[in-house]
Amino acid sequence: MTEHSELPEARPSGTVLEVAVNGETRTLPPGTTVATVVGELTTATSGVAVSLNDEVVPRTEWPRRVLRPGDRIDVLTAVQGG
Amino acid sequence: MTAQLGAQSGSTSTAPSPTGAQGRDDPLVLAGTSFDSRLIMGTGGIPSMQVLSEVLDISETELVTVAMRRVDPTSRGSLVDVLGDRPIRLLPNTAGCFTAVDALKTARLAREALETDWVKLEVIADEHTLLPDPVELLEAAEQLVDDGFVVLPYTNDDPVLARRLEQLGCSAIMPLGAPIGSGLGIRNPHNIELIVEQTELPVILDAGIGTASEAALAMELGCAAVMTATAVTRAQEPARMAAAMRDGVRAGRAARRAGRIPVRRYARASSPPVD
Repeated sequence: MTEHSELPEARPSGTVLEVAVNGETRTLPPGTTVATVVGELTTATSGVAVSLNDEVVPRTEWPRRVLRPGDRIDVLTAVQGG
Repeated sequence: MTAQLGAQSGSTSTAPSPTGAQGRDDPLVLAGTSFDSRLIMGTGGIPSMQVLSEVLDISETELVTVAMRRVDPTSRGSLVDVLGDRPIRLLPNTAGCFTAVDALKTARLAREALETDWVKLEVIADEHTLLPDPVELLEAAEQLVDDGFVVLPYTNDDPVLARRLEQLGCSAIMPLGAPIGSGLGIRNPHNIELIVEQTELPVILDAGIGTASEAALAMELGCAAVMTATAVTRAQEPARMAAAMRDGVRAGRAARRAGRIPVRRYARASSPPVD
């Protein structure tokens, strides 16, 4: 094991992770994933979709997709509509 | 009613069910999927999940539109939960989109969220009329078809635009009767007839219906189905209106299949002449 490999991935200490969640600026712990953000907003397990910087993120990628500073994440669900 | 209702092109020559029963012997077929009900319900404007539940039961609808919006963490009761246990197919729309780019993004999110490649494509021009923007609509329809979507476009009551949408590979034509939520009925029945006559696709009268007689008229004009939201959800008694719409659609469909009499200028005695 090299010293380098022991550095936590995507967790540079002291970095502030500022992202836009559904249009609101939020400061989150570095290393926050898409799955974490979704879980904070809704307990629904189906009927939810995520766009990250206007690109759809498939559900299977949520747990491993780590947010970066400046990201715009939108969490959407089906609502009443004509 | 001044519209000349055309001969019942497309109706069968076999005897219709004497009971007038609809559905099982006369399914609505959309993109290869059969539905017994020819009433498509929107959910916008419903006062509560309880009322929605009643409306869905009574309407007997099997296809229900939903919109995609940002999650509201404070909201109670999930629409998908209410709909999930029923024999209902969800049809996401792109309501609120003003450009093809927006509509594409919304359709892709809906596909991910609801695991359906069906989309009711709406690209509106402005908030005041909510009329479709034909240029953006065609652009979006073409890209969505290319992307593998089953595209059901909300469109103007314009036969030429309808033809273009068919050529692009859409799976139905959804012309408006009148602006969304207006309850003005079918303002140009002649155009609806023209759209029906020229297309191989199912025509679904979408928007403008205010009451059951207008739903029946849509079917008499040859539409394959009627979509309504506001007329039911904002009626004084939504469940009662849902029943009326269900019956209006059935009656109109039955009349269309039965083949109405030609319109005449003068009387024609129905009793035998006096000797």
